[in-house]
Amino acid sequence: MLEQLRDNLQTIFKNLRGQGKITEQNIALALRDVRRTLLEADVNYGVARSFIDAVKEKALGEKVLLSITPGQQVIKIIHDEMVRLLGDTQVPLKLDGLPPAMIMVVGLQGSGKTTFAAKLAKQLKASGKRPMLVAADIYRPAAIEQLQILGEHSSVPVYREQNRDVLRICRNALAQARNSDVNVLIFDTAGRLHVDDAMMEELSAIHRELKPREVLFVADGMIGQDAVNAAKAFNARLDVTGIVLTKMDGDARGGAALSIRSVTGKPIKYISAGESTEDLEAFHPERFANRILGKGDVVTLVEKAQEAFEEKDAERLEKQLRKNRFDLHDFREQLKMLKKMGPLSSLVDMIPGAAKLKNAQIDETQFQRTAAILDSMTREEKSRPEIINAGRRRRIAAGSGTQVSDVNRLLNQFDQMKKMMKQMNRMKLSKQAMQKMKSMPWN
Amino acid sequence: MAWFKRKKQEETLPEKAPETPQRYEYGLSKSRKRFREGLLSLFGLGMKIDSGLLERIEAFLYESDLGTAVTELILDEIEKESRKKLLLNEADIRELMLRLFGEMFKDDELSIPLEQNQPCVVLVVGVNGAGKTTTIGKLASHYSASGKKVLIIAADTYRAAAIEQLDIWAQRAGVEIIKNLEAKNPSGIVYDGIQAGISRNADLILIDTAGRLHNKAHLMQELDKIRRVIAKVIPDAPHETLLVLDGSIGQNSLVQAREFSKVTPVSGLIVTKLDGTAKGGSMIAIRKELHIPVKFIGLGEKLGDLLPFSPAMFVNALFGGFEDRS
Repeated sequence: MLEQLRDNLQTIFKNLRGQGKITEQNIALALRDVRRTLLEADVNYGVARSFIDAVKEKALGEKVLLSITPGQQVIKIIHDEMVRLLGDTQVPLKLDGLPPAMIMVVGLQGSGKTTFAAKLAKQLKASGKRPMLVAADIYRPAAIEQLQILGEHSSVPVYREQNRDVLRICRNALAQARNSDVNVLIFDTAGRLHVDDAMMEELSAIHRELKPREVLFVADGMIGQDAVNAAKAFNARLDVTGIVLTKMDGDARGGAALSIRSVTGKPIKYISAGESTEDLEAFHPERFANRILGKGDVVTLVEKAQEAFEEKDAERLEKQLRKNRFDLHDFREQLKMLKKMGPLSSLVDMIPGAAKLKNAQIDETQFQRTAAILDSMTREEKSRPEIINAGRRRRIAAGSGTQVSDVNRLLNQFDQMKKMMKQMNRMKLSKQAMQKMKSMPWN
Repeated sequence: MAWFKRKKQEETLPEKAPETPQRYEYGLSKSRKRFREGLLSLFGLGMKIDSGLLERIEAFLYESDLGTAVTELILDEIEKESRKKLLLNEADIRELMLRLFGEMFKDDELSIPLEQNQPCVVLVVGVNGAGKTTTIGKLASHYSASGKKVLIIAADTYRAAAIEQLDIWAQRAGVEIIKNLEAKNPSGIVYDGIQAGISRNADLILIDTAGRLHNKAHLMQELDKIRRVIAKVIPDAPHETLLVLDGSIGQNSLVQAREFSKVTPVSGLIVTKLDGTAKGGSMIAIRKELHIPVKFIGLGEKLGDLLPFSPAMFVNALFGGFEDRS
């Protein structure tokens, strides 16, 4: 995500850093490029302009120009301004007060409301809440079925009824929730255009009656200049409490994030990347700015790793490593954990400096192939890889739908990995070992 | 205000005024209103072009999602013109843009090759939430109404309830649908579906595929496989690959068009959701860079809300030129 914005800014920054002496003209030129970059990233025209004006005002002060590292100073100003634009601090959902806490999910057609509602329900459930989804989209064909299926996937109850009166459906859902142990209600409303008065009034009516604690405006991360019109209109009607950006696993350029936050003044609460129900992240402005600016986001990466790796698994793995008994079983286990952390491409974004590995195409299928090869091995083969002879290699290749050369490559890599671990155990982490790490299967 | 009225009288329809201007105009009226309000507020009579004015024009070009390349092209042209002529007004600039876009879309083939192929196979692709399924329902209705035998293949085996959704559209349009709720492999359904289409003498086969983000290598490979399977049954098919684009998406549309084209040559665009305030300006950048014509535009959620694209009318509708009824 955000590659283009990040790469362009990197180039501009590199030029700035390269300047020994910075003049007002240097800064003006760099800012012109920043502005163009923002516009290419779909940042709203007005938002881009005020962003540049703010940076300019701060950057042209004498302090910056006379400092030892003026280029660095300007970059810092841009960074700070971006964090400010994105909203400074993370704002969590407010679910306190008398249960059930109600969350209304609203937005344009195709922005990803239903998928988001299901992801949110699953995440809330995992954190100990008892959510229920409400199918309040009676217009799109099979929208209710879609929500029902997604709810079943994550074992979250879905309230639905055959009724053409959306307000009544919502009312009945609330009544049912009050009679059960449900403590969070998530209303999945129909997508609508902000200029459709009748449809917008339907939302207002629900909002007036239910007074939900959260109204989340869901926007496609790839949305263009119209983002601000839509967001403003929804916000004017419903007093939106938070913004959700979806499809951020594409190559969205982040312009929507910068613009919508800026024109509504409402915090971005979540970014959603991927179609599986795990791929929902709380939004942290500072971290997001770091990603845009190519600094990586180690904090989120570590958090994801902590979620995916059970402590006891990690301990066991460490023990195996220490005893130098790391075998293909453990390797398979490791792959599984890595997989749990989400799409590889989204992980790579969080690694500082990874932006430079631009051409390293991340191939998720390579991952699957490796897993398939491992799964085609017998228990014994996994424990004692040395017994895998030519005949076994052919069988494994056939079983996993790969070539013998793929199996060979995997075994070689595993060998190298073991050797490397031996070295690591001897606490001699050499440069050579680091080099070898680059040839691991996920690279 | 007087000037406003006078201007309106001067504006005339393009020569080839299509049959459905009102319908078209109504859907686009909100876009157009914003666009025109934007434009009108920029100009007074015979205002001299200066940097402040240029900046305001730039703002409204960007705000229409035209993107950097097209915006800069137009601004360059305006500057060139303004050197030839000291005074430049709204009419001049509107004319200039009409000319530019008109030339761009001039020789586009907008029809689907139904006559040359029986059945004519149309593959419909796009990212998630672009409006593929709804568009297929409308396309089916459009061609069925003109007497063609249409068959839909439900090849989105991925999204929950996607097949049920398409099924309802097929019923609304009154056309046959080939589906398999159990199947997980889209190419298999496509293979069966095309065979069925041939044996049932379908004129047009519409294939609905799962939404996929263009940067997902494995999903794009899956699409490639679908394309190959189609060609296995009918060697020169798909005869048409239509990319459905959400009209509210910004410059990412261009990337989508570029990436989808790498897997399966995109022969046309369908730009949806233009009944709001989004202007879909990115289609111009796509036309300019990739030479992919826009074939239809989507203006709502009803069966009839899909219209054949007409460049002249679209440009006119955006820039104002019809009676404003909104």
